[in-house]
Amino acid sequence: MSLPVLSLVVFSPLVGALVLLLVPGSNHRLIRWIALASALASFAFSLALLGYRVGGAEFQFREDLPWISAFGMRYTVGVDGISAVLVLLTTVLSVVAIFYSWDPIKLRVKEYYTTMLLLMVGMLGVFVSLDLFLFYVFWEISLIPMYLVIGIWGGPRRVYATVKFVIYTLVGSLLMLVAILAVAIAHAAAGNPFTFSYTELRGFAYVDSLQALAFIAFFLAFAIKVPMWPFHTWLPDAHVEAPTAGSIILAGVLLKLGGYGFLRFAVPLLPDAARSFAPVIIGLALIAILYGAMVAMVQPDMKKLVAYSSVSHMGFVMLGAFVFNEQGLQGAVYQMVSHGVTTGALFLLVGVIYERTHDRQIAHMGGLNARLPHYAALFGLFTFASIGLPGLSGFVGEFLVVLGAFRYNGFVAAAAMLVVIISAVYMLWMFQRVFFSVPSGWMRRWWPALGDLTRNEWLALAPLIVLVIGLGVYPAPVLQAIAEPVNRILQIVHGSNGLTGLTLPW
Amino acid sequence: MELLIALIPALPLAGFIFAVLVGPRLDHVPLHGQHGGDHSEPEDGYASDGAHAASAANHSSAEIDDSGLLPIPSEEDQGHTSPHRGHADELSNAAGAEGVIPVDLRDGLGEAGHVTPGGPRPLYRSWMVPTGLVGLAWLISMAVFVSVIFGGQTYHVRLYEWIASGTFRIEIAFFVDALTAMLLLVVTTVGLLVHVYSIGYMDGDRGFWRFFAYLNLFMFSMLLLIMGDNFLMLYVGWEAVGLCSYALIGFWYKKPSAAGAAKKAFVLNRVGDFGFGLGVMMIWTLLGTLSFDQVFAGIGALPGWQVTTIALLLFAGAVGKSAQFPLHVWLPDAMEGPTPVSALIHAATMVNAGVYLVARANPIFAHAPAAMWVVALIGTFTAIFAAAIALTQNDIKKVLAYSTVSQLAYMFMGLGIGAWAAAIFHLVSHGFFKGLLFMGSGSVIHGAGGEQDMRFMGNLRRKMPWTYRTMLIGSLALAGVPIFAGFFSKDEILGEAFNRGYLIFFIVGLIVAFMTAFYTFRMMFMTFWGSYRGPKPQWKHIHESAGTMVAPLLVLAVPTVLIGLLFGIPPEGGAIHTWLNPVFEAAEKLRAGILPGSAAAQEGHGFALFGTGGVLLLLGALAGVLGIALAYRWYVTRPLSPRRFVERFPLGLGPGMYRASLNKYYVDDIYQLVFARGGVLVGSALWWFDAKVIDGAVNGAGWVSQRLGGLLRRSQTGRVENYGLEMAAGLIVVLIVLIAVVR
Repeated sequence: MSLPVLSLVVFSPLVGALVLLLVPGSNHRLIRWIALASALASFAFSLALLGYRVGGAEFQFREDLPWISAFGMRYTVGVDGISAVLVLLTTVLSVVAIFYSWDPIKLRVKEYYTTMLLLMVGMLGVFVSLDLFLFYVFWEISLIPMYLVIGIWGGPRRVYATVKFVIYTLVGSLLMLVAILAVAIAHAAAGNPFTFSYTELRGFAYVDSLQALAFIAFFLAFAIKVPMWPFHTWLPDAHVEAPTAGSIILAGVLLKLGGYGFLRFAVPLLPDAARSFAPVIIGLALIAILYGAMVAMVQPDMKKLVAYSSVSHMGFVMLGAFVFNEQGLQGAVYQMVSHGVTTGALFLLVGVIYERTHDRQIAHMGGLNARLPHYAALFGLFTFASIGLPGLSGFVGEFLVVLGAFRYNGFVAAAAMLVVIISAVYMLWMFQRVFFSVPSGWMRRWWPALGDLTRNEWLALAPLIVLVIGLGVYPAPVLQAIAEPVNRILQIVHGSNGLTGLTLPW
Repeated sequence: MELLIALIPALPLAGFIFAVLVGPRLDHVPLHGQHGGDHSEPEDGYASDGAHAASAANHSSAEIDDSGLLPIPSEEDQGHTSPHRGHADELSNAAGAEGVIPVDLRDGLGEAGHVTPGGPRPLYRSWMVPTGLVGLAWLISMAVFVSVIFGGQTYHVRLYEWIASGTFRIEIAFFVDALTAMLLLVVTTVGLLVHVYSIGYMDGDRGFWRFFAYLNLFMFSMLLLIMGDNFLMLYVGWEAVGLCSYALIGFWYKKPSAAGAAKKAFVLNRVGDFGFGLGVMMIWTLLGTLSFDQVFAGIGALPGWQVTTIALLLFAGAVGKSAQFPLHVWLPDAMEGPTPVSALIHAATMVNAGVYLVARANPIFAHAPAAMWVVALIGTFTAIFAAAIALTQNDIKKVLAYSTVSQLAYMFMGLGIGAWAAAIFHLVSHGFFKGLLFMGSGSVIHGAGGEQDMRFMGNLRRKMPWTYRTMLIGSLALAGVPIFAGFFSKDEILGEAFNRGYLIFFIVGLIVAFMTAFYTFRMMFMTFWGSYRGPKPQWKHIHESAGTMVAPLLVLAVPTVLIGLLFGIPPEGGAIHTWLNPVFEAAEKLRAGILPGSAAAQEGHGFALFGTGGVLLLLGALAGVLGIALAYRWYVTRPLSPRRFVERFPLGLGPGMYRASLNKYYVDDIYQLVFARGGVLVGSALWWFDAKVIDGAVNGAGWVSQRLGGLLRRSQTGRVENYGLEMAAGLIVVLIVLIAVVR
């Protein structure tokens, strides 16, 4: 038996968190090093996933242990191409977030790092679970630390934001629990052994009414997480109040849990419903794409602007996921990865200026290029990645999604493509107001104390720089890894007939 | 050879990477006692940075508090400051009360190092590697040009598979045929010369290395654009040149106008790209491939409306990139960038990309006659529209900018009527002579202390003989005076319009030719003739530019004189037609089939000096000469004539027309009102909706459940008697239900 790689990846941070309990809370330096070391360990183990063999078994690095046998719950983990890519994204961004917290976090340091490490466990667990109940448990684990991160280390309105975040996502996840139970019970009712195993439950022909209801429940859970319009209003508030590292994880990974949920569970388990509901979801995705971009245009706060741009970008993920063709789906996954990198970096960069001036109002900035040239250059790099400049990561995903949409319907593609213009407007407008021209009177107060990127900030950004260029210039490895899983989803969907027994209003 | 072809774009890319990584260490620009701390190493700790900043702070805060506003330089000291002084002035004016610029912020404005005369000279070395690499790329391109044009070769070079998603497979691959070779000639030649020119022009700028980095990145992008083997690579280069254009227009980023112009250029280009991108996707969706060969082979099998839609979508991209009406407004604003940029990107290379796109996609357009009409109509309208604006502009670069829009429109007119080779011919000759004119205008601006307004120039030929002579050659070419390049290429487009029976295009084209000659020489006479109208003390400081700036002018003057004679004789049948024939042959034949009338004209006519061809040639030359003559009369011999003409214009329309032209027909203002304001309005409305309606519903749901909980809480009193009462009440209800239902 080979090394249990996935368990090592998932639980290294837990080990770190446990070790932290033994360290006195005043020794900040040691705490930081332990946290970083365990995150790095998780990252190092996740590098083993580079050994994922395209064309091999569907789920690789599989581990399967009995857990709560009475109810058929097992500890089953494994990755296919999609989850492998997302696991790597998670470990990289977690290391970046934990490393970036080095200087900014000075309050309750021990608790902070414990929370962050637990958050990491939850997120990684979600991506590797192949047992629906295990998935649910990890899903909930990922929720609570984020609640604390925003609620304790957040900004002035942190309590409002975090309560909204937690109630919103909790409502969704409870519905999801109902759906999971319903699916498992329906499967067992047909004479099968009671199980939550993903591979068992998938491929069972659930009756139409169950599919419709379960899909709606899954949809709400995942749509809130993505977030899809109109369930998105928790996101800007959460981002604005979250500390920088929290925003990086929130935008970079947590939102992907929703997209991943659709691709892994909602669609393959309930393909008929997915097929029938696709037009509605595509419509909502289009609204999110355009609406998020338009609202982003008028935001006065840098973080809120990036948050609304996330709504728009995640709309692309949903659009690509539900046009049900190769380009769309691959684009959706690629967009998730790319959005994680670019938006994570953008939040980090907004945090950089916030650390120096304790402000994020665009109107208060101006002329920063003169004072912080390196900072400006990197902000520019990720700005252009975010608006989909070819050669950087954003382009590949966005183009593939719109191409997939074009195969679905030319007008849908045209509507989504409008973002090419609007995103340039809002991102460049912000860039211009922050970096060009001369500093505002407000900014002049800070001017003498403003320093360019520190070594730690460079180190935190370095992996993201490599990724944003690498993913743009040479996307082939990722696209290859996700090709097979995507085709499998497509096979399932195209093999289904839609909800023939129900009349839907569209 | 294949390796060499891949090297052509790779060399400038290497130059870019080199300039970014090493460039800052190669330049040393002393500035106001600040010791190059601006580009401090990333390794600089926070603490040391802070200390450094603090010392600068004393300096700058004194500046802010005491002087308040930047002192407006007296005419006396304007003389011995930087050649770019004008930019700084503009800044303090444009920014108004906000134009308070602490001295230590002034770098990157183009005026930096010069301001302390007698101080240590700035030391620049960062140009060497980028310029050298572009020179090498130029050498290789010339070899490729010769082997393609004279050897009749075409090259396909495959590097690697870039995106592969299902059947969507895109390779990074290069393709060189005669059309690409023609553009290679222009792009690398003008590109190299602009690099050399910039060494002198950007002297004294703290952003020196940055400038060369951007230039090299631009060269790389532009070469990708013209050498790409498929539509997606073309699109990649297309977007990438847009990025470089953005960076270079906004190069002097402290000028709010430059920052705004950069964004405007990028966004308006994106409007075009919206169409271009959809066109590319439509091609792939219908044909399953994006590689040029396969697309052109398969396009004929598609139904007409689909081909027309594709062609129009592609053309939307061309309209954006080549600044055609209604997306033309970014190009004049783009003149905020340093003049070498205007010469390279906004005259000779990038703006030609739209023409290249349409020419490259000629089989698609040939299958879509309706789209061809649109191309010709937009081209013809833009040609006269932009020329009508150029007539009244006072900024020397704005005149040239509108002239560029107008000349590009000429090319589109040619493309639209199927005169493919003539349009490319005009592209090549225009690239050379407009590059020359822009660099000449840069030399004027540089030598005249940053002045761009022609009303404050005059008689400069006394001070800048070489700039004057070379610009005169360029102007003669632009005006279409015989033997110069523009004469042949322009007359081919006019002649083909006539021969193919597009009489209205021919007439408009002739009028535009007249207007072109007029505004070109209006510019020449206002700048170089008459008497000097600027501030008197300034006169003695006006000087001819440095050798690195004049040399490229002289070099460019050579093709401006010769290229028409080499490529264009005999008219409408010159060498360029033979060279480009393989590219456009199929399209020509196809169009001949679709439009039998024009086919007959094509077959029937050959150029005859003493026939129709000769008359057309004469008409074209006459239009140019008349325009020059009118300009001479109005701006040299009788300087009051323009005013009288405006005042005496029939029906009193004169002043209104003048204002309309001066204000660019208010297109910018309309866009500002409709799109900028409108967009913000819609965004704000949606944001209100988001906060009040959607979030209101969310918070409302929370409020309702809180209230409900509050109500329910009242029942939890903790008193046994209350619970007993409730139990009794419940029991009664259950009993009633049972009785009612079961009975």
